[in-house]
Amino acid sequence: MSKELLPMAPERPAYEEGMRNPYLPMPATVVEVIRETHNIMTFRVVLQDEQAMKDFTFEPGQVGQLSMFGVGESTFVINSPPTRKEYLQFSVMRAGGNTTALHTLCPGDTIGVRAPLGNAFPYEKMKGKDIVFIGGGIGMAPMRTLLLFMLDNRKDYGKISVLYGARSPQDLSFAEDRADWTKRDDLDCVLTIDNPSEGWEHRVGLIPNVLLEMEPKPKNSIAITCGPPIMIKFTLQALEKLGFTPDQIYTTLEKRMKCGVGICGRCNIGGKYVCIVGPVFSMSELKEIPNEL
Amino acid sequence: MSDIVSQKFVSYADLPGWLAELGKNAAVYAPRREGQAVVYRAWNAGDALECSQRPTESAKHVVFPRCEELFGFSREGEPENPGNRKLEIREAAEPVPAVVFGLLSCDARGFFSFDSVYDGSGTRDYKKGPVKDPYYLKRRDRTVLIVRACKTALRTCFCNWVGGDPASTQGADVLATDVEGGLLLQAVSERGKILLETGSLAVGSSEQAKAAEASHESARKGLAPAPDLSGAPRALLSLFDNAGFWQRQSAGCISCGACTYLCPTCYCFNITDETNGLAGTRIRTWDNCMSPLFTLEASGHNPRTAKAVRLKNRVGHKYSYYPELHEGRFSCTGCGRCIKSCPSSIDIRTIVQSAVKEAANV
Repeated sequence: MSKELLPMAPERPAYEEGMRNPYLPMPATVVEVIRETHNIMTFRVVLQDEQAMKDFTFEPGQVGQLSMFGVGESTFVINSPPTRKEYLQFSVMRAGGNTTALHTLCPGDTIGVRAPLGNAFPYEKMKGKDIVFIGGGIGMAPMRTLLLFMLDNRKDYGKISVLYGARSPQDLSFAEDRADWTKRDDLDCVLTIDNPSEGWEHRVGLIPNVLLEMEPKPKNSIAITCGPPIMIKFTLQALEKLGFTPDQIYTTLEKRMKCGVGICGRCNIGGKYVCIVGPVFSMSELKEIPNEL
Repeated sequence: MSDIVSQKFVSYADLPGWLAELGKNAAVYAPRREGQAVVYRAWNAGDALECSQRPTESAKHVVFPRCEELFGFSREGEPENPGNRKLEIREAAEPVPAVVFGLLSCDARGFFSFDSVYDGSGTRDYKKGPVKDPYYLKRRDRTVLIVRACKTALRTCFCNWVGGDPASTQGADVLATDVEGGLLLQAVSERGKILLETGSLAVGSSEQAKAAEASHESARKGLAPAPDLSGAPRALLSLFDNAGFWQRQSAGCISCGACTYLCPTCYCFNITDETNGLAGTRIRTWDNCMSPLFTLEASGHNPRTAKAVRLKNRVGHKYSYYPELHEGRFSCTGCGRCIKSCPSSIDIRTIVQSAVKEAANV
């Protein structure tokens, strides 16, 4: 039956020739692999289609789906800022099948990228404000994007502080960045580990406690936090104690995602699909949606 | 009811001949008996038709296959240079046009639930507007639906609660009604009209139309009166944190997922890769929110480990979250399959009505 024989029933959605296929990944070449910790690796990738790479735009906080062809696809934040376009960076903690496969990548290997997906940090609304980043473990990855973006647009933002913690010195990622962050005088960077360790020159203590000691002032400030659920829980309590209100706090959520475009139906919290209305939420937005994190 | 654009008649004896005629230009799907179940399968001339028993499954798989290739890929390896592998992506084959014969009116309406998700009208991607699913839309576009009006209502039927009708023409191309000696075929879309011009069907008479109307009316009478469910979306949301309520509702659930697989509106899917050497395919398959694996994250974290929470999500989605995003429409067509085929007799009608009552009591 040819198409002419079957005119569209008016109440049906239309298929149009040449429609964008949101499931097709863009082939990309791994250009650099950095081992961050015993279970975190960072991959810098370049889209194989030069024009696509040139035209690629995204905003800090947006995520992408990385394909290991033959293994599967999973979601990671793009943790290089849109202001640095020579590659796209993803940091991957080894946890399941796909992340284990990703950890075998070498420079020159081909992966698939579907990006950008999801929403972004409201970096425009944050202009002129003091910013406090609080990242725990791999949760520093999404912070890194926004932090570097702000450093590249330094005059737009007020005082910037970073609190980055992990279990031990060996669990901290982004060594090069840390060396820079702790040296810079336009940035106040505090590093912490959970337990004392020989040769460690920075803070020792759990992130929420160190945050209380840092005492960031809530006035005209925004706090952005990401990390393991237990850290988030106590960090939010600490921020509240410091006087931060829910609309001053942002976080970015993790959910199992497949399509990344609001169709496959698993990342919902009530009627909110994290892949399209998230992953970035303010605490006041999170209070509005059902409690099912 | 949509306007009838043409009206034909086919006797039971001539029906296979007409379907075979349609089969020349499209894949025909029709109900067939398989063991105790009646299922929709590709029909070829000579195959038996099962029209006496209500189909056990919906016909959603014609438009949304259980397993569908999204694309194929192949890599070319160079033994001397293992890092350098050329990757080729091959798009999936074009779907063939299809005609579904004998689906129920609730099944035809079920596609509406898919439509506003898969054409992106109920969802908005960040700053990019609706994201459309070309695979679904292509098949939907190429599938013609011949709905067979129900002669009777089963005890599990409740299409009238959610805006349906045993002889609803919503989403249908042709409405077929059993009348003396055969089927009265009423085209309700331009596509349906073209379908009825295939072969040499007799013109349907006004007596037959009257008989059909009487049959529709008798089926309607068999349905229980529709309760007011307008408060359901809010009620379900207000019971979100009421663990006791959901534990009671889900006590018998064995998380088998029969409800999701048989449901004409359950549209969730998984995406996985299959490989053979350096080549493979990315496929999407039906997924099942009753399984704890549905939301299990690689870290081991799972927002829905308990069956009570999963059942809450399924009922909540159909009667609260979906309507919130899609102009108040419930994502349930009242086909009753989840009730009929549930091994522990969980009844979605009871859950929704209990929720409305429970919320009113708080």
